[in-house]
Amino acid sequence: MLDMNQLLHYVYTLGIPVAVLLAFILANAVYLQLMERKVLAHMQGRLGPMRTGWHGLLQPIADSVKFLMKEDIIPAKADKWVFSLAPFILLVMAFGSMVIIPYGPPTDFFGLLPKKVPLWVSNLNVGILYVLAFSSVGTYGVIMAGWASNNKYSLMGGFRSAAQMISYEIPMAFSIITVVLMSGSLNLSDIVNAQTDRLFIVALPVGPVAFFLYLMSGIAETNRVPFDLPEAESELVAGYFTEYSGIRFGMFYMAEYMNMIVVSLLASIMFLGGWLPVQILPHTLGHIAPIAFINKLLAAIPPTIWLLGKLYFFIFFYMWLRATLPRYRYDQLMSISWKILLPLSLGTLLVAAGMKQMGWL
Amino acid sequence: MVNQVIFFYFAVVILASAILTITQRNPIHSVMFMLLLFFHIAGVFVLLNAEFLAAVQLIVYAGAILILYLFVVMLLNVDRESTAARANRFWPWMAGFGVVIAAEVILLIVRGTFPSEAGQQPMRLAGSGVKELGELLYQKYLVPFEVASIILLVGLVGAVMLAKKRASD
Repeated sequence: MLDMNQLLHYVYTLGIPVAVLLAFILANAVYLQLMERKVLAHMQGRLGPMRTGWHGLLQPIADSVKFLMKEDIIPAKADKWVFSLAPFILLVMAFGSMVIIPYGPPTDFFGLLPKKVPLWVSNLNVGILYVLAFSSVGTYGVIMAGWASNNKYSLMGGFRSAAQMISYEIPMAFSIITVVLMSGSLNLSDIVNAQTDRLFIVALPVGPVAFFLYLMSGIAETNRVPFDLPEAESELVAGYFTEYSGIRFGMFYMAEYMNMIVVSLLASIMFLGGWLPVQILPHTLGHIAPIAFINKLLAAIPPTIWLLGKLYFFIFFYMWLRATLPRYRYDQLMSISWKILLPLSLGTLLVAAGMKQMGWL
Repeated sequence: MVNQVIFFYFAVVILASAILTITQRNPIHSVMFMLLLFFHIAGVFVLLNAEFLAAVQLIVYAGAILILYLFVVMLLNVDRESTAARANRFWPWMAGFGVVIAAEVILLIVRGTFPSEAGQQPMRLAGSGVKELGELLYQKYLVPFEVASIILLVGLVGAVMLAKKRASD
């Protein structure tokens, strides 16, 4: 059935992209933790891990080995199947979202390859809905972990997380719909290409508001400071993964970093133009010599580097927040979502729709 | 060929997980099999080129049964559910009706003619079909669409009224 050419075609369009993406994911999964520890340490006037390798560069490998070698304990009163399945659901959903993200325009790597290859695994037409669907299914992993542990701290963590994720999904969806309205497409590559003239973050007046809404709800969706109530260590030990140990505990950690990457990648793609270079006021001051030179220099940086730069800026922002802000109280968290973010996001959508109708956007 | 194999896999898992959903004694496990079921139905939609429907299937149904899941966890006593009686004394009647309905469905399928093999006829649309769907819903079928949303609203208001405490209480 499958002849040689077809097989090669599958290798080029599916095999190699999946392998590269997997390498990217795994490298990030282990090294983001080191980055977080280093960033936090330096913000607090410490050095962070220094012993394993040069400035702690081998620390993630030591940690991974430790995770793998530790005993995997399943509590006697736990529901074994649900307990063991929960981390996989979280991790698979986080990995799955990364499949449809375009990491750059089709490229031939500066003429190295005979024809242009895409830098994504799948260019789905409803890409952004797919990410939303997967992130909503990821919540199951958290609740399952909380319930199956048969521990009241875990259950409280799971419930908090469910309530939080359901509440913050709504403003997040509305801010995404605003972007879809501005670009006129659900396809992530089309959303990037729609920002060639101006990035959506500077598309006044709705762009900055939608960006703020997306960032806030994205941080809440990933359970990070200041919205990390599901794992609030001073109240709930470690929240929904209190009972986990060994590699399953490591999988929760990995899933958290993966979700951060997905949220950051989407923020870069939807508001900061993805792989498009940032330019200094391209229309008004473009003819002045030094600015035109800087713009040319910025445009010379390869597209994928731009996307990764924006991605790691957001990751750094996450860690910066963790070092800076205290945690919200639980009722404050809920009222922020339902009383501030939801009306604001509805209003943004309304203004964006009106402007689109008038042809101003 | 590959599509047929994938379709066969989806069909088998859909049937198996649907049966397991209603036969599991633990309500939590039932909900999990239901999640599996919805995932595979979304897979069938993807096979038929209906990507938008697949995404909506996951967002709406997976999101909705998430709430169901929470109800199960919070309201039901899982230990008691697993030992409780599975049916009341009317079960032979119910089983009889079920057999009759199943026989009718099977008869219809055996005697009916289908234009093409079921599950093998993909949508032929440019793009994702979102635009076409939107135009149909908001132009051609605008009134039925709005009526459906009003019915949903009535359901919501009814639930709030039931949950509301009377002033005299």
